Amino acid sequence: MKQNIAITVDDLTVAYNYKPVLWDIDLAIPEGVLMAIVGPNGAGKSTLIKSILDIIKPIAGSVKIFDKSYKEQHKLVAYVPQKGSVDWDFPTTALDVVMMGTYGSLGWIKRPGQKQKKEALEALEKVGMLEFKSRQISQLSGGQQQRIFLARALVQKASIYLMDEPFQGVDATTEKAIINILKELRKAGKTVIVVHHDLQTVPEYFDWVTFLNVKKIATGPVKDIFNDDNLTKTYGINYKVSVQQ
Amino acid sequence: MNIQEYFSLVFNDYTLRTITLGTAVLGAICGMLGSFAVLRKQSLLGDAISHAALPGIAIAFLITGAKNSNTLLIGALVSGLIGAYWIRGITKNTHLKSDTALGLILSLFFGFGMLLLTFIQKMPNSNQAGLDKYLFGQAATLIESDVWLMCIVTAISLVVVLLFWKEFKLLLFDADYTKSLGYNTQFLDLLITALIVLAIVIGLQTVGVILMSAMLLAPAAAARQWTNSLGVMIFLAAIFGALSGVLGTAVSASSNNLSTGPVIVLIAAVFVVFSFIFSPGRGLLFKEIRYWKNRNDLQLHKTLAFMHNIAKTHENISHPHSIKILNNFQGYTKKSLKKLEGKMYITVNGSMWAMTQEGYDAAANLYNQHNNND
Repeated sequence: MKQNIAITVDDLTVAYNYKPVLWDIDLAIPEGVLMAIVGPNGAGKSTLIKSILDIIKPIAGSVKIFDKSYKEQHKLVAYVPQKGSVDWDFPTTALDVVMMGTYGSLGWIKRPGQKQKKEALEALEKVGMLEFKSRQISQLSGGQQQRIFLARALVQKASIYLMDEPFQGVDATTEKAIINILKELRKAGKTVIVVHHDLQTVPEYFDWVTFLNVKKIATGPVKDIFNDDNLTKTYGINYKVSVQQ
Repeated sequence: MNIQEYFSLVFNDYTLRTITLGTAVLGAICGMLGSFAVLRKQSLLGDAISHAALPGIAIAFLITGAKNSNTLLIGALVSGLIGAYWIRGITKNTHLKSDTALGLILSLFFGFGMLLLTFIQKMPNSNQAGLDKYLFGQAATLIESDVWLMCIVTAISLVVVLLFWKEFKLLLFDADYTKSLGYNTQFLDLLITALIVLAIVIGLQTVGVILMSAMLLAPAAAARQWTNSLGVMIFLAAIFGALSGVLGTAVSASSNNLSTGPVIVLIAAVFVVFSFIFSPGRGLLFKEIRYWKNRNDLQLHKTLAFMHNIAKTHENISHPHSIKILNNFQGYTKKSLKKLEGKMYITVNGSMWAMTQEGYDAAANLYNQHNNND
């Protein structure tokens, strides 16, 4: 099967204060995969996502989104940041946060209108949060906040979705709800990339995986490369996969 | 002059009117832009910038020899901006955290400014008198052109805030996400910082470099207590700021000309304390009340659940039982019994109680989350 490449990462190196966080990463992520990025703490998973999103400037290397720079393609990419990266006591409502997903296509100065509101409400409905639309965001539970972030990304109507630990601190019901939405996105031909921590669920949830620990260890289909060998190389301890496909 | 005299004079007396208008406008713009500083967790940036403005005032005086406030304020603006720029530079290029950078720049610039002030005071033939008013501010020196300047800066800020409302809100809430949507966050950041610096500079004459940051933070902190909407918060902060200005001027003018700047700041602090105690959603008082109410409700629910357990063993749920059986159970009090009766959940007849159908249903649904959610 010949597939388009959604994201091309070339020789990417990122360093904070002279300490390399990502070292010479090459990646070619095919369009339409549901991919997990796994690796230990400090492996540079979030940094990789932020570099793809042009939030962090690399000291070397480049990132292409469908063969063009991120600047030209930002409307094709949606982002779900880590839940802990924002202050949830910010004075705003759930609906308002989801509306922010439309700001990218609106561009400078233009205000969101009825059309944007309708899209936001649809996204809220999709993640099962419609009844909480007027809630102050600090009054939402951790799982609900995560759903709000997901809805905000859905509103972007992107081709590529980058998510930083969307399953962090959510209960089993929310995890199921989120993974169903992710699988739906893949079915619609979208590329979904998720920083993931629970190795047990990788074979069940994802069809593509990248092992990362500052350097890229391996990348490819889960059924080919998700094995003890790569896990041991990534996590540095003798690792045994307890879940078999 | 007492407060009543002040308010009768304020519309006729030129000086009073100018000062009152000036402090009101200043309070409004500081409240508005201070909200941004507070929500960005940059509360101390204002403090550092205002202190950093002092050497600029002194240098502007040394160069031009002018006592004209606009010239001195341009000096303040330049050195305030340099201070802000250096703070950014330090946090970006070194291992130092922003609090260290802020403290460093604040004391460095302020110390240098004080040095220059004492130097100026010792200079022969200089009309130095008056530069130290920038330490604590002196509202009495405000003239009409100063107020005009404040109005113009406020109008510009208002237009910019309204124009970039969506972008500012996005940046305040989630800067990384803003960047991922293709917005130039550096430009937005610069715009907000520039507005805050402007607001600080025009306030120096009135409130002074030392207390200026309180003008930015206090109204915003107070406003946050009353609302969960960004727009309302900024509006309220502007109102609180303006009121602090007017009331502060009134109090200082009516009591032996107390120094206006500190009085304004104290009034703003009163707004903060009042808001922290009495605001309905987040205030300490209502939090305490809600806590007690929840405790009482819980006790009531426990009693009701206990009664429900007894009642459901009988075919007729309204079968009367002795109040005495409740004695085994600690949650029961005469008060909670009365309350349950008031809600028609039970009927009390002498030493007997009986559950009503209503009470039975309520108890059955008690621990069902969906019915309990507000």
